[in-house]
Amino acid sequence: MDAAAALADLTEISSQVEAAVILDDAGALVASTLADAERSARLAQAALDLLGSADKRFESGGRALTQLEAALREGSVFVARAEGKTIVATTSPEPTSGLVFYDLKTCLRSLAESKPKAKPGRSKRRSPKAETSDKGAAGA
Amino acid sequence: MRRLLALLLLVGGPLFFLSRRRAERRDRVHLYYDDGSMVTLERGAHEAEQLLAAARSAL
Repeated sequence: MDAAAALADLTEISSQVEAAVILDDAGALVASTLADAERSARLAQAALDLLGSADKRFESGGRALTQLEAALREGSVFVARAEGKTIVATTSPEPTSGLVFYDLKTCLRSLAESKPKAKPGRSKRRSPKAETSDKGAAGA
Repeated sequence: MRRLLALLLLVGGPLFFLSRRRAERRDRVHLYYDDGSMVTLERGAHEAEQLLAAARSAL
């Protein structure tokens, strides 16, 4: 499943999520539910600012920040990160935090699960060739 | 008419004050860590203001 499809699933499942974007481990925008590129970039930047500030100020004892919720009168901002991906979502005021985090994590998990499937197949196909060439080299 | 106005002020005033206070208290940040711990920052704390400002820009 690609990032856009994962976000489509997220907005379909969670009625509380108004907008969401996915960022890669470098902080680059991967996918967004927003059609407006400027708003997507602003949401992504806000997530990076939130994580950067929180990491800088509250890093202690080797523990890592995995989730963040900023609740405001206007609405809430949720950030979750796992497997090198970060997802940020905005909701209406007073959402059910546990459910939103669950949906965000499910979205990230669906992305992570879809990734490794392609890799083992490729390496398996390549390995016999490598073996034969090695044998050939050894025999010669 | 005056009594009605006074009654409205008596009832509406505290309700308005309480609703505003409740709304202000709503502004907060929860940080969740991989060891299962959580930190809550209430509005007014220096660290919270920076995070809340970043969140506000996203909404």
